[in-house]
Amino acid sequence: MARTVWDSTVGKKTVMAVSGLIMLLYLVAHMIGNLKIFFGADEFNHYAHWLRTVGEPLMHYEWTLWVIRVVLVVAVVAHAVSAYQLSRRDIRARPSKYVHKKPRASYATRTMRWGGIILGLFIVWHILDLTTGTVHSGGFEAGKPYQNVVDTFSTWYGNAIYIVAMLAVGLHIRHGFWSAAQTLGVGSRTRDRALKAVANVLALLLTAGFLAVPVGVMTGVVS
Amino acid sequence: MKLTLRVWRQKNADAEGAMSTYQVDGISPDMSFLEMLDTLNEELILKGEEPVAFDHDCREGICGACSLVINGDAHGPERTTTCQLHMRSFKDGDTIDIEPWRAAAFPVIKDLVVDRSAFDRIIQAGGYISVPTGSAPDAHATPVPKPDADFAFEHAECIGCGACVAACPNGAAMLFTSAKVNHLNVLPQGAPERETRVLDMVAQMDEEGFGGCTLAGECATACPKGIPLTSITGMNKEWLRATRKAAKK
Amino acid sequence: MTSYTDYTTGAPVADTKAPDGPVHERWDKRRFEAKLVNPANRRKHTVIVVGTGLAGGSAGATLAEQGYHVVQFCYTDSPRRAHSIAAQGGINAAKNYRNDGDSVHRLFYDTVKGGDFRARESNVHRLAQISVEIIDQCVAQGVPFAREYGGLLDTRSFGGVQVSRTFYARGQTGQQLLLGAYQALSRQIAAGNVEMHPRTEMLDLIVVDGRARGIVARDLITGKIDTYFADAVVLATGGYGNVFYLSTNAMNSNATAVWRAHRRGAYFANPCFTQIHPTCIPRTGDHQSKLTLMSESLRNDGRIWVPKAKGDDRPPNRIPEDERDYYLERIYPSFGNLVPRDIASRAAKNVCDEGRGVGPGGQGVYLDFADAIRRMGRKAVEAKYGNLFDMYQRITDEDPYEVPMRIYPAVHYTMGGLWVDYDLQTTVPGLFAVGEANFSDHGANRLGASALMQGLADGYFVLPATINDYLARNPRQGEVTPDHPVVQEVLAETEDRLNLLLSVDGDRTPDSFHRELGELMWEFCGMARSDAGLRKALERIPQIREEFWRRIRVPGTGEEFNQSLEKANRIVDYLELAELMCLDALHRSESCGGHFREESQTPDGEAARKDEEFAYAAAWEFTGTGTAPVLHKEDLVFEYVHPTQRSYA
Repeated sequence: MARTVWDSTVGKKTVMAVSGLIMLLYLVAHMIGNLKIFFGADEFNHYAHWLRTVGEPLMHYEWTLWVIRVVLVVAVVAHAVSAYQLSRRDIRARPSKYVHKKPRASYATRTMRWGGIILGLFIVWHILDLTTGTVHSGGFEAGKPYQNVVDTFSTWYGNAIYIVAMLAVGLHIRHGFWSAAQTLGVGSRTRDRALKAVANVLALLLTAGFLAVPVGVMTGVVS
Repeated sequence: MKLTLRVWRQKNADAEGAMSTYQVDGISPDMSFLEMLDTLNEELILKGEEPVAFDHDCREGICGACSLVINGDAHGPERTTTCQLHMRSFKDGDTIDIEPWRAAAFPVIKDLVVDRSAFDRIIQAGGYISVPTGSAPDAHATPVPKPDADFAFEHAECIGCGACVAACPNGAAMLFTSAKVNHLNVLPQGAPERETRVLDMVAQMDEEGFGGCTLAGECATACPKGIPLTSITGMNKEWLRATRKAAKK
Repeated sequence: MTSYTDYTTGAPVADTKAPDGPVHERWDKRRFEAKLVNPANRRKHTVIVVGTGLAGGSAGATLAEQGYHVVQFCYTDSPRRAHSIAAQGGINAAKNYRNDGDSVHRLFYDTVKGGDFRARESNVHRLAQISVEIIDQCVAQGVPFAREYGGLLDTRSFGGVQVSRTFYARGQTGQQLLLGAYQALSRQIAAGNVEMHPRTEMLDLIVVDGRARGIVARDLITGKIDTYFADAVVLATGGYGNVFYLSTNAMNSNATAVWRAHRRGAYFANPCFTQIHPTCIPRTGDHQSKLTLMSESLRNDGRIWVPKAKGDDRPPNRIPEDERDYYLERIYPSFGNLVPRDIASRAAKNVCDEGRGVGPGGQGVYLDFADAIRRMGRKAVEAKYGNLFDMYQRITDEDPYEVPMRIYPAVHYTMGGLWVDYDLQTTVPGLFAVGEANFSDHGANRLGASALMQGLADGYFVLPATINDYLARNPRQGEVTPDHPVVQEVLAETEDRLNLLLSVDGDRTPDSFHRELGELMWEFCGMARSDAGLRKALERIPQIREEFWRRIRVPGTGEEFNQSLEKANRIVDYLELAELMCLDALHRSESCGGHFREESQTPDGEAARKDEEFAYAAAWEFTGTGTAPVLHKEDLVFEYVHPTQRSYA
C-alpha cells in the first residue's frame, strides 16, 4: 500500500494533505500558546516550561515534546519531499509555456510553491533563533522565552522575516486546507462553501494570532 | 471585421515552432472561429502558402476534436468549444493569439494539431464496464436512483477534448480521468470493477506523463461541458477507498 | 460514347440470405443456419473494420470479444470522435415499458411505413427485434440514459409514431451510446484483440480473386500509404451527406470508402435517398461551413409556424395568434408537429417557396416554445431542452426562451448506401457494410431515433452473427502479401491519384469545388427534384469534374500531415458519387419518402409513389468514371405491411 501511495500522484497528494493537516493542528496549538505572551513573562515562561513536562509522570521530562518534534519533522520532510517531487513532475508535464500569458488561478494557488519554500526557510531560521538561539539577536537564554521573543521582535529584520512568513502561512493555509479536503475526498458541491469559509477563517485567525506577537512588541504592549 | 492573427506554426513534431502573423479582413460576427480560420486558409492556399492545420470535425461542440488556445484560454473566451465560439466575441481590429494545447503528454503534430492518444490509453486502462455483447440482463433489472443517473450523466458528458490539460498549469489530466471514474463508479453496473478501475486509470494517467493536481481549478473553468472540480475530489475519494481495500486483501 | 444517363438494366439482384417463413422467425432461422467458426480458429482470422462510429465501434468490440483479430481504422485522432457522437435525440426500442401499445411488430410496421415502403421487410423486422437487446446492452455498459424518480428508464416520442419508445440521454444520446461502444472497443484494444489505427484513412479496397482481402490506407500524420490484409473487410464509414457540402455531417465525414468499394464491384443502392432534416439552424452567410441540427425531440413541445401573410416582416412576438399559420397542425391534425421528417421538411420548403419564410432570405420557419413555457413553466422546458437552447443561442445570438427559434431543413442522413444482403454482405464477397454505410433498413425515409438503433443492431448483433457464416464457409484462402500484383496495382493507383492532385497546382481551392458541387446538388437534387433539374445537374457535374482536375490547387506534399490533400481526395469521389445520385433520382420518376419528384405528387402536394413501377431497390454497378452504370433491381415484397399511401393527417 505504501508503495502504491508513494508512486502515485494522487497518493503523494494524500501524503501532502495528511502531513499538512498535522502541521496545521500544531500551528493552531502554537498560536494559542503564543498568545499567552500578552499575560506577562511569568505566565508565558511557565507555559513554555509546562511544554517540557507534559505527560509526566508517565513521560520523562521533554519526552512528549520530542515526540511532537519527531512527528513534525516527519511531516515537514514528507510534505516537502512530496511537494518537490510533484512540482518537478508538474514542470516536466508542461515544458513549453503559452506565448499569450494570462494571470491564472488565485494568488494563493500560485504562491503555494514559493510560499512553501519561504516557510521552509523560515522554520530553519525560527528554530535557530528561538529554540537553539544560534542566530538570536540578543543574549539568548534558555528557559526565558519571553525575553527571547521580545529581543527578536526588537530588530527590524526579525519583524520583517516573521511578518512575511506569517502572511505566507495564511496564504498557504487558505489554499492548502481546502485543497487537502479535496485530496482526501471530503469535499463536495454542498460542502464546498463551508470548506472554503473554514479555510479562510483558519488562515485569517492563524495569521492574525501569530502577527499579534510582533505587533505587541513593536507597539510596546509586550516588552 | 478586420483582425490580426498570431498563429503557432510548426512544420512537424520535430521542428521548432514560432508564432506567425496574418491579417484577415471581411470577417462576419456570425462566423464561427473555425470558419474565420477557413477564410484565412483559403487565402493562404491561393497565395501559395501552407494553410494552418487544426483539428476539427463535428463543428457542433460534441466530438471534442477542436482544440485551440485563444488568447491564452483553452477554447477561447466563452465557456464552449472552439467550434462553437463565434466571432461576435471579438472586436474589429483585435489581435488574436492562437496556440495549440501545450502539455508534454500532448506533443504537437503540426501547427495547432496535437496528439491526444494518451487519453485513449487512460480509458483503455479501465474506463469501461466489462460486459460482452449479449450478456446483459433486462435494462429494468437494476433500477438506478435518478440522482445517481444524473450524476453519472453529468460526468459522462466529457468530450475528451483535452482543454482541462491545456489549461492546467501542471498539464494534469485529473479532470478527464475523474469524469470517467465518477461516471462509471456511481452506477450499480460499474460497481464490480470500481476499485481496479480507479487504480488502473490513475496509474495510466501518471504513466503518460501528465502532471499532478494542485487544485488550481483552471481545468473546470476551461471545461466546455462544465465538468465540476468536485469531480476530482470524487476520484480522490474513490482512489483512497480502493487503495485501502486493496491493502486489506 | 454513350451518355451517362443511358444506363442499362442488368440482371436483378436478390437477397439470397434471408430465410423464408414467418417474418418473426427469420432471424432465428438465419442464425441457426449460419455456420460457425470454432472459437479456437477465430483468432487465426483477421477482420478489418473501417470506422469507429456506433456500427463500427460496436462491431469491432464484439468481433474481438468473439475471438477474432480485428484491425480497425478511423480518420479521427481517437475512435471516440466518430460522428455518431453528434446524434442528439434518442434511440428507439420496442420495450413497451410504457404499456402504450408498443410491440416489435409495431416498430417494424412504423419503420416500413415511415420508410415509405422502400425497405426490406426481413431486415426491418430483425431491426425491431434486436432493438430490445440494444437497450439492455447499453444500460449494462453504463450508458446514463434518462431515468424517472423510480429509477427506471424514461422514454419520449419522436416523429412518425404514436407511442413513446425513444430512450434518450438528454440531448446527447449519440454521444453516450458511442462512448459505450468506444469503451467496449477500448477494452478490446487493451486486451490486444483490436489493433487500432487512428488518424488513418481508407483510400481503396483490395479485392483478390473476387474477394475483399484488404484495404489501402493513408497515415494522416506521416502521409505514408500502406496496405492491410484480412479475411473480411467491414465498412462502417457512415453516410455521404457531405456531397452537399453543407450538411449536419461532420466536416470530415466522407464517401471515399464506400465509393472506392463501389468502384471495386460493390453495388450502390438507392443513392438518391437522402434525408433532409426539418429542424436545423438556418445558414447565416457564404462563410457557412456546416449546418447544425436541433434535435427532432424539440417538435414534442415546440410549435412550428409562419405568418399567414407573405412578406410579413414584423418581429414574431408582434404577430398576433390569428395571423399565424401553424401549418403542420393545420395540414396533419393527427400527427401535428410530429409528422415524419420528409413531410415536415417539404412543408417548410413549401411555405418558404410561397414567400412566407422568416429570417434572412426568407429561408426559415419558427419553432415556438411560448406555449410550452406557459404550460410547463420555464424550469421544465429548461430541464428538457436546456442544452439545445443554449446551443441555439450560442450560434444565433438569439434567446429561444424569448423569441421563437428559426429553423430550416438541411441534409442530415443518407438512406442509400452500399447494397447488402440480409447478412450485410455487399456484392463483393467478404466485404460487409454496416450502419449508415449500407442501404438496408430505412427505405426512402428514416424515422427519428432509428439511426442509432440500426448502427448498434448491425454492429453488436447482426454482423457478428453473419460474418461467422462467411468465414466458416470460406476458410483461409492463403496469405495476400504486399507484392501481390493486384495489391501493387491498387497501391499504385492510389499513389498516382494523390500525386496528380498535388501536381495540378491550379488556381482553385478544394473547398471552392466542394461548395460549387454542393450548391448544385442542393438546388437540383435536394428537397425537390425534377427531370429538367436533374438533367441540368448531370450535364454540369462532368464539367466541374473536368475543371477540378485542371484547376485544383493542393499545397504541400503527400508525405506529411496535409488536410488540403485529404479534402481534395474526398472531393474526387464526391464528384463521381454526385453523378450517380442524380441519375438515380432521375430514373426514379416517382416520389417516395425523402425523394420528392415534382412530377409525381398528389393533388394536395404529397409524395405520390408508383408502386407498380418502383417497388424495388435500385442497385447500381460501376462501369467507369462518367460512363453509364448498370442498374440491378431488387424487387421488394411486402407480405406483412401492405403499401398504402402514407397518411399522417
